[in-house]
Amino acid sequence: MPNLAIGPKVRKPLHLHDKQLKKLEEKAFEIREDIIKMLVEAGSGHSAGPLGMADIFTALYFHVMVHDPKRPNWKDRDRLILSNGHICPVRYAAMAHAGYFPKTWLKTLRKFGSPLQGHPEREKLPGVEATSGPLGSGSSQAVGIAYVGLLNHAPWRVYCVMSDGELEAGQTWEAMLFAGRNKLYNCTFIIDRNNIQIDGPTEEIMPLESLQAKFEAFNLNVIRCAGNSIRDFVSAVEQAHGMSEKASVIIADTIPGYGVDFMEHDFLWHGKPPTFSEAKSALAWLRTLGGKIKSEHE
Amino acid sequence: MKTKQQSGINREAYLVRHLFDPDKLEQVPTRNGYGDGLVEAGKKDKNIVVLCADLTESTRSLAFKNAFPDRFVQLGVSEQSMASIAAGMAITGKIPFISSYACFSPGRNWEQIRTTIAIQNSNVKIAGAHAGVSVGPDGATHQMIEDIAIMRVMPNMKVFVPCDSFETKKATIAIAKLSSPCYIRFAREKSPVFTTEKTPFKIGRAETYRFGNDLTIIAAGPLLYEALLAAQILSLDHKIEARVINMHTIKPLDVKTIIKATKETGAIVTVEEAQAVGGLGGAVAETVCLSTPVPVERIGVQDRFGESGEPRQLQEAFGLTARSIITAAFRVLKLK
Repeated sequence: MPNLAIGPKVRKPLHLHDKQLKKLEEKAFEIREDIIKMLVEAGSGHSAGPLGMADIFTALYFHVMVHDPKRPNWKDRDRLILSNGHICPVRYAAMAHAGYFPKTWLKTLRKFGSPLQGHPEREKLPGVEATSGPLGSGSSQAVGIAYVGLLNHAPWRVYCVMSDGELEAGQTWEAMLFAGRNKLYNCTFIIDRNNIQIDGPTEEIMPLESLQAKFEAFNLNVIRCAGNSIRDFVSAVEQAHGMSEKASVIIADTIPGYGVDFMEHDFLWHGKPPTFSEAKSALAWLRTLGGKIKSEHE
Repeated sequence: MKTKQQSGINREAYLVRHLFDPDKLEQVPTRNGYGDGLVEAGKKDKNIVVLCADLTESTRSLAFKNAFPDRFVQLGVSEQSMASIAAGMAITGKIPFISSYACFSPGRNWEQIRTTIAIQNSNVKIAGAHAGVSVGPDGATHQMIEDIAIMRVMPNMKVFVPCDSFETKKATIAIAKLSSPCYIRFAREKSPVFTTEKTPFKIGRAETYRFGNDLTIIAAGPLLYEALLAAQILSLDHKIEARVINMHTIKPLDVKTIIKATKETGAIVTVEEAQAVGGLGGAVAETVCLSTPVPVERIGVQDRFGESGEPRQLQEAFGLTARSIITAAFRVLKLK
């Protein structure tokens, strides 16, 4: 086997000025609005995960990743793998905002003939790096891609978003063994630690803690951050970029359904979309930032 | 002018001269051809990488590992992850071959193959070693006989069952050039090498190894030799001329050749070391039924699992011999 560890490619620091941060936070809320609209239009899909991950996807697409929406197959782009494919509405919304495709497409989510499949498909939508959804498969693909990146001395990095419930799938740990053994320092796993899965709270269904100790035991660099704080997440990514000997795992503590008061922390919102009237109140809540500001849209 | 050959071994198949001389017939496991083919393909294309789940020697991936250590990836016992890691490598420009026993890959990792290789149409080659009951003493858990059925049903997947080590080598080289998910199966046990360098091999094209118009025997894998033996005995002892077809590509199936055979011979026997339901037998029966219905008999495993024993013993017990093929031929001729 080749010796892949030759030290990280130097990345530009990810300074985040207050002004930039404010812009990103606004973007995250716009993306949340789109998620609600997409889900109510689709009539099925997952609400809590996409809302909870809007800050991280905003940070990835608008600050962290090196990519070009006009050239989705550009060879030096960073690769973002969405292992828990069911939260794809947040990815699609972020991609549309970034300019990968027209925002009007968002309303076709889960509809016949749409490139926006219920779970992401690489063949259907340029910019989706891998077909995923069945839990565990994205992490293995991510390490395969990262391995080739190191083999080719490529400048790009791999980010793999995963859910916490997904960690119950054995395949995940096969992928982690591989990441640890091959020192895939160009690969960063981002765990959406929202503590819920379809049937209930993760710690009741199948306890996962201590997650940090588990990943460390697999020879991975573990960073914990507040997943709904863009600043905290970006600083976690910077730490991961600085790692030269190990793949990193960012355990991002997120609030499922974040931004919509009646969805937050409730596992019942894991796998269902809002009704029309629920969507209306969700949008009103988002537009007023929970009553903190006056809505500009009404 | 040359007259068209009516019966007997097809001279243009260039099979070995000593086809029915057991003393001269070389015996080599088909998996050896995989190892040889990998090295040859690897020389031509530097994007080829080989992944193996802790079975490097017995899958014959070792030859590639020795030739190209930097392009060999050891996975340990993680067949599920191996399928998806290979998919990730394929969508990043590599041509991965994943090697394991067929009972684990595509047995254990079928869903990962479906999602990340087949749906994604990623250019991964799945090599299933130790297929069939001839694995022997290891018993039912390690004797994969459902692989053809579960791979054939998968959209985007191509399925290959080569008949000897020579053909396995040719098939391995050929699928490396194909930009498509592929499954190739081989066996553990030594089996006769009866094709040669000159024997034609083309993906998706069945080869007629023996001419005859009384019935057609369609076979895939090492049991093709038993089919040739059976045809020889039918000819010498019973004056029955059987056509013998090598159906090395199960998918895409050479439907044209099958229909021609049904029209010209009116009776079919299929032969394989796999579940006849869903395997080559299933594929041929479907084709015949939908085009030119004629009597079909299927030699293969009949809806049961394998068990421990010596390979030859098991072949006898499961009716996977020339004798069973002859019996099936009589049955099918009666129905004609």
